Amino acid sequence: MTVEQFSLLWQCFAQRVRQNQGHLDDLDRAIGDGDHGTNLTRGLGNVETLWNQSPDQNLNLQALSKKVGMTLLSTVGGASGALWGSGLMKAAQVFPASSECDDETFVLWMDAFVGNIEERGKAHVGDKTMVDVMRPAVNWLKAIPQDRSLRARLHELQELVQQYSQGTKDLQARRGRASYLGARSIGHVDPGAFSSALWWECLDSVLGG
Amino acid sequence: MKKLLDNVEQLVDDALEGLIWAFPEYLQRVPGTHVLTRKKAKAEGKVGIVSGGGSGHEPAHGGYVGYGMLDAAVAGEVFTSPTPDQILAGIRAAHHGAGVLLVIKNYTGDVMNFDIAKDLAADEGIETASVIVNDDVAVEDSLYTTGRRGIAGTVFVHKIAGALAESGVNLQAVQNGAQMVIDNVRSMGFALAPCTVPAAGKPTFTLSETEMEMGIGIHGEPGTHRQDIKPARELADFLLERISTDLKLESGSHVACLINGMGATPLIELAVLAKNVGAWLTAKQISKDVVWMGEYMTSLEMAGASVTLLRLSGELNKWLAAPCDTPALRQGVVYDR
Repeated sequence: MTVEQFSLLWQCFAQRVRQNQGHLDDLDRAIGDGDHGTNLTRGLGNVETLWNQSPDQNLNLQALSKKVGMTLLSTVGGASGALWGSGLMKAAQVFPASSECDDETFVLWMDAFVGNIEERGKAHVGDKTMVDVMRPAVNWLKAIPQDRSLRARLHELQELVQQYSQGTKDLQARRGRASYLGARSIGHVDPGAFSSALWWECLDSVLGG
Repeated sequence: MKKLLDNVEQLVDDALEGLIWAFPEYLQRVPGTHVLTRKKAKAEGKVGIVSGGGSGHEPAHGGYVGYGMLDAAVAGEVFTSPTPDQILAGIRAAHHGAGVLLVIKNYTGDVMNFDIAKDLAADEGIETASVIVNDDVAVEDSLYTTGRRGIAGTVFVHKIAGALAESGVNLQAVQNGAQMVIDNVRSMGFALAPCTVPAAGKPTFTLSETEMEMGIGIHGEPGTHRQDIKPARELADFLLERISTDLKLESGSHVACLINGMGATPLIELAVLAKNVGAWLTAKQISKDVVWMGEYMTSLEMAGASVTLLRLSGELNKWLAAPCDTPALRQGVVYDR
C-alpha cells in the first residue's frame, strides 16, 4: 500500500458512496432514519477536498490514516462518523511513518481498523452492522495463504463481501438504531454493511487494478 | 416535500441563528460551532451541564440552555449525533472550574461521539461525568443490544441536574441526582403521521388513514409495531400500563407527568390525551404532583405524542420545582425587563 493508493482508495470510496447515496438513504429509511448515505457523502466529500486543496506529497501513511479519520470524525456525525473516524485514527499507529508499507502491514492495519470499530461500537458479527462485512472480510484475508498476492486475494474476496453484505438482510439487529425495531428489522440489508462493501470494492479496484 | 427553508444544507446553522436572534438575552453561540451557550455564564465553581444530539427535536436542546438547566447544547445535523469536536467545544464553554456533566440519550451515535469527546476533554484536563438516559419502555432492555432509547424523559434529567448544579453541589452529586431521575423515569410514544428529514426529502415511513405506529422514538423511525388507530383513552391506557408496569408503580405513588407532542399534534388533541392520562392515574390512586404538557422533545413534524412518568421521591420534587429560566421553560423567576 502506498500513500497514493491510500488516497485513491478514499477518493474511490467517496465517489461510490455518492453514487449510492439515494440507495443508502433508502436502506436506512427502512430500519433507521434515512440519512446514512447523506451523512457519509457529506463526510467523504470533506475527505476528497484534502487532496483537492493541498495535494500534500509529504504526508505519510500514518499521518494520512489519522487525517482521513479526523475528517470523518468531525464531519460525518452519528454512529458512522465515530466508527470510521476513530477506527482510522487509532489504526494509524500500525502504519509506518513512511510513504508505503508491505502487504502484511496493510492487513495488520485493516485488522486494527476493524478491531477499533468493533470495540467502539461494541458490535459483534451477527448484530446486523458494518462489522458483518468488515470482520469476516479481514479474517478471510488473514486466513488465506499469504503466498498468494494481496491483489489476487482481494479480487477473490469481492464475491464473499457481497454475500456478507446481503447476509445482513436475514438478521435481526442487536446494535444501532435498527435494534429498536426488533424483529421488524429482519428483511432489510443493513445500510452500514452495504456502504462497507463499497469500501472493499474500492480496495480491490485500487490495489487490484 | 414542503418545508420552510432557505437552503437545506444550512438548515441547522440558520435555525441556530434564528434562535439567538429571538432569545438574545439567553443564548449565544460558540463561534464557528453548532454549540449554544448561556449569554450570562454560570458562576465560577459550579458544575456545568452539557446536552445535545441531532437537531429536529426542538425546543430540545438549545431551548433548555439557561439558568437552572443547561450550560451548553450541542446540535448535530437533523437526527444525527453531533461530532466529538463540537461536543468538546460545548464542554469547554460549560466548564467553570467544577467539571461538566454530559446528559446523553442512549443512541449508538450519541454515546460514541460523547465518549470520544470525554476523552478529548480529559486530555485538556477538564473533568467530566456522564449519564445515559434510556426511558423508552417500547424497547426491550437487554445487555446484548443497544438497549432502550432516550426520549422525552431527558427533559426531567435536564431540569433536575440543572437545579442541582445551580445549588453548588459537586460533580458527583449532580451525576447522582441525574442518575436518580433516570432510574425513576419511563416514557413511551406513538405516531399518527411520519416526518420528513429535510435532507432526505421523503417521509421515513408511510401510514394509511386508519393506521398508526406504536412505540416510536424521536427520529422518525418506525415503531415497534403498526396498528389501527384507537381512541385516545385506549392509547393512554396502553402507554400507562407499559410505563407503570416497568416502573413498578403502586397506588399511593407520587409522579411528575410529561404529556409531550411530537411536533404536529394540535394542543387540543394533547389535552384530550392529558385528560385520559389523568383519569388513569386517578383510578390507580397515583398522585400527579407536577404536569408538563406541550412540545418538549419533538420529532420534526411528526404527529403523535409521548407520555412520561417520573416517580417522585426524596428531593426530586424540590429540584423539579426549583426556578429555571430558559427559552423553552421558565418557572419561579421574577421577570424584570
